Amino acid sequence: MTIVKASMAGTVWKILVTEGEQVAADQEVVILESMKMEIPIVTEEAGIVKRIIVAEGDFINVDDDLLEIE
Amino acid sequence: MAEYTAESKHQEMLDTVLKGGHEKYHEKNNEQGKLFVRERLELLFDEGLQAEDGTFANVLAGDLPADGVVTGIGKIHGRTVCVMANDSTVKAGSWGKRTVEKIIRIQETAEKLGVPLFYLVDSAGARITDQLEMFPGRRGAGRIFYNQVKLSGRIPQICLLFGPSAAGGAYIPAFCDVVVMVEGNASMYLGSPRMAEMVIGEKVDLETMGGAKMHCSISGCGDVLAKSEEEAISYARRYISYFPDNFKNKPNVEEPKLPSSFEKSIDEIIPKNQNASFNMYDLIDRIIDEDSFCEVKKLFAAEIITGFARINGQSVGIIANQPRVKGGVLFHDSADKAAKFISLCDAFHIPLIFLADVPGFMIGTQVEKMGIIRHGAKMIFAMSEATVPKITVIVRKAYGAGLYAMAGPAFEPDVCIALTGAQIAVMGPEAAVNAVYANKIAALPKEEQAAFIEKQRDEYRKEIDVYRLASELIIDDVIQPNDLRKTLELRLDAYKSKKLAFTERKHGVSPV
Repeated sequence: MTIVKASMAGTVWKILVTEGEQVAADQEVVILESMKMEIPIVTEEAGIVKRIIVAEGDFINVDDDLLEIE
Repeated sequence: MAEYTAESKHQEMLDTVLKGGHEKYHEKNNEQGKLFVRERLELLFDEGLQAEDGTFANVLAGDLPADGVVTGIGKIHGRTVCVMANDSTVKAGSWGKRTVEKIIRIQETAEKLGVPLFYLVDSAGARITDQLEMFPGRRGAGRIFYNQVKLSGRIPQICLLFGPSAAGGAYIPAFCDVVVMVEGNASMYLGSPRMAEMVIGEKVDLETMGGAKMHCSISGCGDVLAKSEEEAISYARRYISYFPDNFKNKPNVEEPKLPSSFEKSIDEIIPKNQNASFNMYDLIDRIIDEDSFCEVKKLFAAEIITGFARINGQSVGIIANQPRVKGGVLFHDSADKAAKFISLCDAFHIPLIFLADVPGFMIGTQVEKMGIIRHGAKMIFAMSEATVPKITVIVRKAYGAGLYAMAGPAFEPDVCIALTGAQIAVMGPEAAVNAVYANKIAALPKEEQAAFIEKQRDEYRKEIDVYRLASELIIDDVIQPNDLRKTLELRLDAYKSKKLAFTERKHGVSPV
């Protein structure tokens, strides 16, 4: 199990996956908005999205958990 | 029985020295996937060591061949370089009196010859039993670091880390221009895990505390993570090809090559939407000679890319924001990374190309606590002081102090070019309209807000339009994205004779 974390502080702009979905390594799973930029967040490991921890619009800090991959 | 002659005695002693330490330490080396020091030197040089000094250091001790370090001169791509290389089969590569003296002497030799110096480090640190002889005195280990500082910027100093670099010894990599670390074996630490447990009560393993991957991605003490010793050595041979032998010379010009060819042109890979991300490596590949990119600190602060390349055969240093990582925003670590790279290029006459696509420096409590202002100041300081040709390209945008750090017009680049569609401003349209009209927007009826905001943003975009900036002579040229390579070729050639002293003084007071 791995946790995908936020690379920087910002707002969750788009969640690109749903729970139960199969994802590949390096796939973009969430897009944050920070400093007026879209910040794509990728998963380092492949697997199934087990749990989405944040919701679109949430403010998150650097290293906050975004979702869980199994 | 053969007669025991002076000749045979010499051969016997020499053979003993060249074999290194006891067989069991060679076996241990093997198990760890490490090469013997003399094998490493075979790989590093075109044709092995051509001159070795102090071969018989401590020969009478019996078990300390070459006193645990090989020093000498060899050739890389036909160019003379000096080397010091620890032998981990001799008392774990630890330093005694003669080890230190040999290292100091090869530093002195490299200075006199004006040639690069390679440090092949694999050492447990000081021999505690010999400390009075090798630690505190005028020609003790401290002198090695003093010399490194003195040589810094005079000759290239390259560190290859194959094993530990412990305690005081960890400062050898710290004072080198670049540090290549072999994953799994290389480590750097002031106190070992055992010491950490005894002294501060921390339980930690070596890899977590001071391993190659940690240093190359988190601390920034390492620059290049290599999978094997062969890969590390091959990187070092390549790296030095971008450099002159010393600060008095310019880098060699190699055979020019065209960039690799791609289906999509530069124009097609840069998104029109300022907020969308793209991969800056795709742009770099399209403007440099094919396969000429030699990156430094790839895994550390990846929101900025730093690396050597060739354009029309000429060595250049590229500093580029990476929108794909953290939006290309500058952080404390990215500023730090760029500062050292800029200073390295400037020291050895390697022209700088800034590819700016930067929303600014990061804001917020966390980065203020990390001292983002003083780290940012380091980058701006190094960039200002650099007197090599500086070419600034505004790829898409340069907002706020990001424009300054990326060698904006006020910092005397030889040219500041914008690609069509680029924006330069204190902040982007979204943030600016918010900042200026926040009260007015709030006072408007809800249904009118969106239209008002869009109208103001449009006005703002006109205000910061690239031709407006060119018309005011703020930027020197606007070019089509697909003409970037050609422009860089012509400009680099034109600026070849640039000669500039930054200012007159003893030295600046560097923000650290």
